[in-house]
Amino acid sequence: MSDAAHNIEEVKKHVRVYISVFAALAILTVVTVGVGYLHLPILPALIAALVIASIKAGLVAAYFMHLVSEERVIRLLVWMSLGLLVFMFTILSVYYYDQVGAVTGL
Amino acid sequence: MAEHATAPESHDGEEGHHHDLPFWRKYIFSTDHKVIGIQYGITSLFFLLFGFSLVMLMRWQLAYPGEALPIIGSLFSDETMPGGVMLPEFYNQLGAMHGTIMVFLGIVPLAVGAFGNYIVPLQIGAPDMAFPKLNMASYWVFVMGGLVMLGSFFVPAGAAKAGWTSYAPLSVIETMGQTMWLLGMVFLITSSLLGAVNFLTTIIQLRADGMTFMRMPFFVWAQFVTSFLLLLAFPPLEAASVLQLSDRLLDTSFFLPSGLVVSGEALDVAGGGSPLLWQHLFWFLAHPEVYVLILPAMGIVAEIIANNTRKPLWGYKVMVYALLFLGFMSFIVWAHHMFITGMGQVMSTFFQTTTMIISIPSVIILTALFISLWGGSIRFTTPMLFALGFLPMFGIGGLTGLPLGLAPTDIPLHDTYYVIGHFHYVVAPGTILALMGGIYYWFPKMTGRTMNDALGKIHFWGTLISMNLIFFPMFIQGLAGVSRRLYDGGEVYAHAQGVIHYNEVMSIAAWVLFLFQIPFIVNLIMSMWKGKPAEDNHWEATTLEWAAAPSPPVGHGNFKTLPRVYRAPYEYSHPDFHDDFWPQHTPPEPARQPASV
Amino acid sequence: MQIPYTVAPRPDTGVYNAKIGVWLFLASEVMLFGGLFSAYIFLRVGAPAWPGEIHGVMYARASEILNVPLATLNTMILIGSSVTMVMSWASLAMDRFDRYKLYMGATILLGFAFLVVKAFEYGTKFEHGLLPAEHNFLAIYFVLTGLHGLHVIGGIIVNAYFWGPGAKMWKTNPKQFTNRIEIAGLYWHFVDLVWIFLFPTIYLL
Repeated sequence: MSDAAHNIEEVKKHVRVYISVFAALAILTVVTVGVGYLHLPILPALIAALVIASIKAGLVAAYFMHLVSEERVIRLLVWMSLGLLVFMFTILSVYYYDQVGAVTGL
Repeated sequence: MAEHATAPESHDGEEGHHHDLPFWRKYIFSTDHKVIGIQYGITSLFFLLFGFSLVMLMRWQLAYPGEALPIIGSLFSDETMPGGVMLPEFYNQLGAMHGTIMVFLGIVPLAVGAFGNYIVPLQIGAPDMAFPKLNMASYWVFVMGGLVMLGSFFVPAGAAKAGWTSYAPLSVIETMGQTMWLLGMVFLITSSLLGAVNFLTTIIQLRADGMTFMRMPFFVWAQFVTSFLLLLAFPPLEAASVLQLSDRLLDTSFFLPSGLVVSGEALDVAGGGSPLLWQHLFWFLAHPEVYVLILPAMGIVAEIIANNTRKPLWGYKVMVYALLFLGFMSFIVWAHHMFITGMGQVMSTFFQTTTMIISIPSVIILTALFISLWGGSIRFTTPMLFALGFLPMFGIGGLTGLPLGLAPTDIPLHDTYYVIGHFHYVVAPGTILALMGGIYYWFPKMTGRTMNDALGKIHFWGTLISMNLIFFPMFIQGLAGVSRRLYDGGEVYAHAQGVIHYNEVMSIAAWVLFLFQIPFIVNLIMSMWKGKPAEDNHWEATTLEWAAAPSPPVGHGNFKTLPRVYRAPYEYSHPDFHDDFWPQHTPPEPARQPASV
Repeated sequence: MQIPYTVAPRPDTGVYNAKIGVWLFLASEVMLFGGLFSAYIFLRVGAPAWPGEIHGVMYARASEILNVPLATLNTMILIGSSVTMVMSWASLAMDRFDRYKLYMGATILLGFAFLVVKAFEYGTKFEHGLLPAEHNFLAIYFVLTGLHGLHVIGGIIVNAYFWGPGAKMWKTNPKQFTNRIEIAGLYWHFVDLVWIFLFPTIYLL
């Protein structure tokens, strides 16, 4: 019984975190749109957009999906698939440059 | 042993309800992994035979180009083989569908769907898969994919003709069969993904007490890594299939470059796409897929070799680490299929290097299996013959791959018969021999009866010899420069004249190979009813599937009481034990402990 | 027959079966969208300009074609739905079934709101003749957002089931029901995650 009560206290703490994460996500969305309207050159714009998106994604994954307190087996799985994803992106981003020596579409 | 003695009484009560299930719940829409495994097995054996029949037709055209195929040829319609003479379009359909069916509907479902489903839960001491309903769903989605693929032969202009790789832009401007192919692939990919989720969860969560990761049989490890490959490599192909479907149905141009001219006319599309994009996404799947085809085979061979040499596998841990490394590396070698596309220096260097590196763990596993034979008192049973056949055959397949992994040698060999010979050595005399061996090895557990040994040996020797006669001449033809996918087998090319006579030899060997499958089919069907009854632990093996008595194991739940594991998987000929096999679930004998002090 | 660890976590891994299952599924989803994003990267770095010329008009930025304010609204809607989703799980963990119904209902409604905005956005594109076949920029926009939309629809169906008929389980097995909501939540948050990357890459860059 006391275990359940303890659990409820724990969840209440979580709820406060959820609200602040929501606020952070909303603010970051406004920031990313604002940066978009600055019409920066592509490279800084790309970096800014990706950094903000990664922070937002990190917040969602860490708090809403409970990765901060999740078991090792699941964190391992997440890192593994992210590593593979980054590898795939890297190869496909530089492949064309390596082949032709120029990138035009950015 | 103690748990066996007390089991029947404690078990009967809860087992009673199982027999009340109606037929269709017990055998058709079953959620029991053993039934689903057998369903996968029967379906995939049917598809293997069907895919083989397609290539036997092609071999007629290659051996005797333009000649009418007697008797059988007259059964075909005028759109495919008018007067028994094969049309080029039909030849292309057969080629594309042979590859697709063999890989996605034959070998993968047999290796993973059938053996994985039946054996993995038993070997880890689990009552079933983690998600039995999902398991059933993945089988039925697989069947739908198979039906769509079969159905594609009957749509206007026939099945897909762009090869099993479906390279764009050819595949995008293809007839309706290609759309069917893509839909079929979406089903098959979905089925594989559901299966992979299920296998991984089962292996991570449902291992019996004491079954640590390093006590798992090598076959379970192989299925574990295979499932990861399926899980992470298949989705990019699903993405690519969606993009190609969109190209075909919504007229987008993901894979169509600007200014593409087809039959002298500029194609009316927006353009701006890249055919290379398809190749990247396709090979991101298809290279790991190669390991999906070979790893379960290695697992089966490891089980059979440990059992029939009566000694532990040599270097079990090293084999496991090699397997994990192999799985990881298989994701970062894909572009070695694309050296000829004008790849840049950095990329080509990177992919050549990773390709050379990936050969190392394969060699480690093969070497460990070879060394395991050393000093063993080998029993030359039928499954063991197949396992022993696998080793050199996979060796040839692997070694002939090295020149294809290096750009300078790959460029002249690319898309020649050399490549066909190479990958067929890996999957046909390699994987298929191992899978056949697996059927002979686990048949007693699955049916409670044994297969006939004499027929098995005829099957083995006939298969081994005729497979080599089919595939070895391909190397010779390929080195002479004969391209793959030629409707006439290269007859019109001067450079092929010196080697073209091999076509007839290869074709006859292919038909002889079929004849040698007849004893197998007869053996398989006859033994189910007439075979000699098998013991619970027929091969005197140590792994847990043999602890699930009787054969076949009880309906739902496998074990009368879930086993507990005390030791490594292959404790054969252990000096501390009275038998030459020490099963994983046999409790240590208390009398022995003080003696060692 | 009883399959172990369907509700209670396995001691050595610390998780119950379905949680591993859904994370494995999400890993494969990561690779699915990863494949599509790779396609986007590959097409974009190979294009002479991005988005480039559509119907004879030269566009220097994606935001000149796509409706950024509407997409921003949709981002807010999805983030909001993620919060209500996690709150519905927290309500069950706090034994408040009534609040669960409220939050889960809100999640479903926000999901619908997202789709309505999306449909409106698609509608204006179609009106202006901006169809997927016109240009690869539009093609990738429609395929990526379309596939994401299908995932939203899938999530709504799952959530609606747990809001309606599936909620009966709360009476018989509250622990397992709470687990199920956690699982459904993981999927829903993932759909949100995809949008978080989709929004800047397609609309802003």
